[in-house]
Amino acid sequence: MAIKEISVKDLAVKALQKEELFLLDVRTEDAFQDWKIESENFTYLNIPYFDLLDGVEEIEDQLPKDKDIVVACAKGGSSQMVTEMLDDAGFTNVYSLEGGMKAWSEHLMPVKVSDLTDGGELYQFVRIGKGCLSYMVVSNGEAAIIDSTRKTDVYVNFAEQMGVKIKHVFDTHLHADHISGGRTIAQQTGAAYWLPPKDAEEVTFDYQPLQDGEKVTIGNTTIDIHALYSPGHTIGSTSFVVDDQYLMTGDILFIDSIGRPDLAGKADDWVMDLRETLYKRYKDLSDELIVLPAHFMIMDELNEDGTVAEKLGVLFEKNHGLNIEDKDEFRKMVTENLPPQPNAYQEIRETNMGKIDPEEEEQREMEIGPNRCAVR
Amino acid sequence: MDIKADHLLDAKGLACPMPIVKTKKMIKDLNSGDVVEVQATDKGSKADLQAWTKSAGHQYLGTIEEEGTLKHYIRKASDESEEKLHPDTVNNEELSQNLQNDNVLLLDVRESAEFAFEHIPEAVSIPLGELDERINEIDQTKDVYVVCRTGSRSDMACQKLTEKGFDRVYNVVPGMSEWSGETKSLRS
Repeated sequence: MAIKEISVKDLAVKALQKEELFLLDVRTEDAFQDWKIESENFTYLNIPYFDLLDGVEEIEDQLPKDKDIVVACAKGGSSQMVTEMLDDAGFTNVYSLEGGMKAWSEHLMPVKVSDLTDGGELYQFVRIGKGCLSYMVVSNGEAAIIDSTRKTDVYVNFAEQMGVKIKHVFDTHLHADHISGGRTIAQQTGAAYWLPPKDAEEVTFDYQPLQDGEKVTIGNTTIDIHALYSPGHTIGSTSFVVDDQYLMTGDILFIDSIGRPDLAGKADDWVMDLRETLYKRYKDLSDELIVLPAHFMIMDELNEDGTVAEKLGVLFEKNHGLNIEDKDEFRKMVTENLPPQPNAYQEIRETNMGKIDPEEEEQREMEIGPNRCAVR
Repeated sequence: MDIKADHLLDAKGLACPMPIVKTKKMIKDLNSGDVVEVQATDKGSKADLQAWTKSAGHQYLGTIEEEGTLKHYIRKASDESEEKLHPDTVNNEELSQNLQNDNVLLLDVRESAEFAFEHIPEAVSIPLGELDERINEIDQTKDVYVVCRTGSRSDMACQKLTEKGFDRVYNVVPGMSEWSGETKSLRS
């Protein structure tokens, strides 16, 4: 019997629209505790698939008859099996999540943030499963991409559909939670690939060094990208101001948290750089700038329209990490009791430096789990 | 020393849930205490087998990776009786105190696969099933401390050694399941 499946794309829409849904997660308890599909009106049941091999009778009365059930597993195989068993048991409202958590982790959704001066447009690519955000600035036939993920075809196809040529690809810093698609896109399209030189000391490939004060023009309109050197998360972390309206903060400042300084092993050295960036350099910028970070951690950080963006002035009021007067308290917060580090973060850093080149399947495994780049 | 298994299950190339479905099916018909080597290429199989063995009551011994193939070792649950018949026992702490004593010989009677993944550095491995044929390897002049996972197999080994004329034989209770001292793995 053919079972019903739901794509990660459709599930992402349901998650964003806060629809009611029953999620039966059949991965191990550890995996579920570590990372799951989040949405306000989802209810959850976690029973590992191997506890259901002899039948689903035991969980039948824990499942709703009146709302849709989505069965999720790691890769989409076990959820098919469980969905089929539930289907046989008479449940008509069950869907298997196609591709499982791996596909969920990779799914990218472009959302338009706004029009820019002189006909430009700004798009945010929301990687809902992992909480990664990347950007495309489009203007007069040209495009720039910031902090792209590994699924490079999404950006390349998007640019093609828009009829624009990708000229510049930027990474705000050397990422530790996901594998950058920047170098691949640059190679494929002939675009320039920019990295902060202080993060790129060990890279094995050529790149354009991002220097403080740099301006890059996209199209022939007035959309400039200013590299604003802002160490903290990594020593070379760089922020961009786009069109004098948008502040791309990379992994330095998020909506409801701030960047953790320990992923390159130098928490203590970089704490005061991070503080300097957040409490001085950002403070000197206009409150009206709209912050566009490289991550979100919880669904509450998403706006109604699916974007992740907020005025800098509002963050200075509301973000706890920007409101710690005492330096020692700040040091404590960003160096002690840190959340676990992202899965395989050392290998991810090495991949982004070009030192190792894992197979695609291995890259997917490395990226499993939440981004964990923040402290709150 | 190779890691010995009683049975081999080839689950290479199979995606989740098949490695576990097959393991479960195979293990159902095996004897208690048998060791299965499950070969798989699905990277997720390790965490899943660990969690499944725990929930099903079997013993996960360990995993080694060779040329892209994961070899998982699992021991089928055995009904280990609580009853200990051999009169002379020591606890883990006493074993720990006496390990450096030249007159003490520590004999580990678990399966070789269990031994391979984790054992006390001073221990000598003779699985319970091989004890009869290899009994001559044991120095009768020493105090023989016998260890297994929970004290049940070592109890049987102690009885066997006593029958064969060993007079200073001690069962270590509970044994490796609660051992917090130093251990070694053949693979590290």
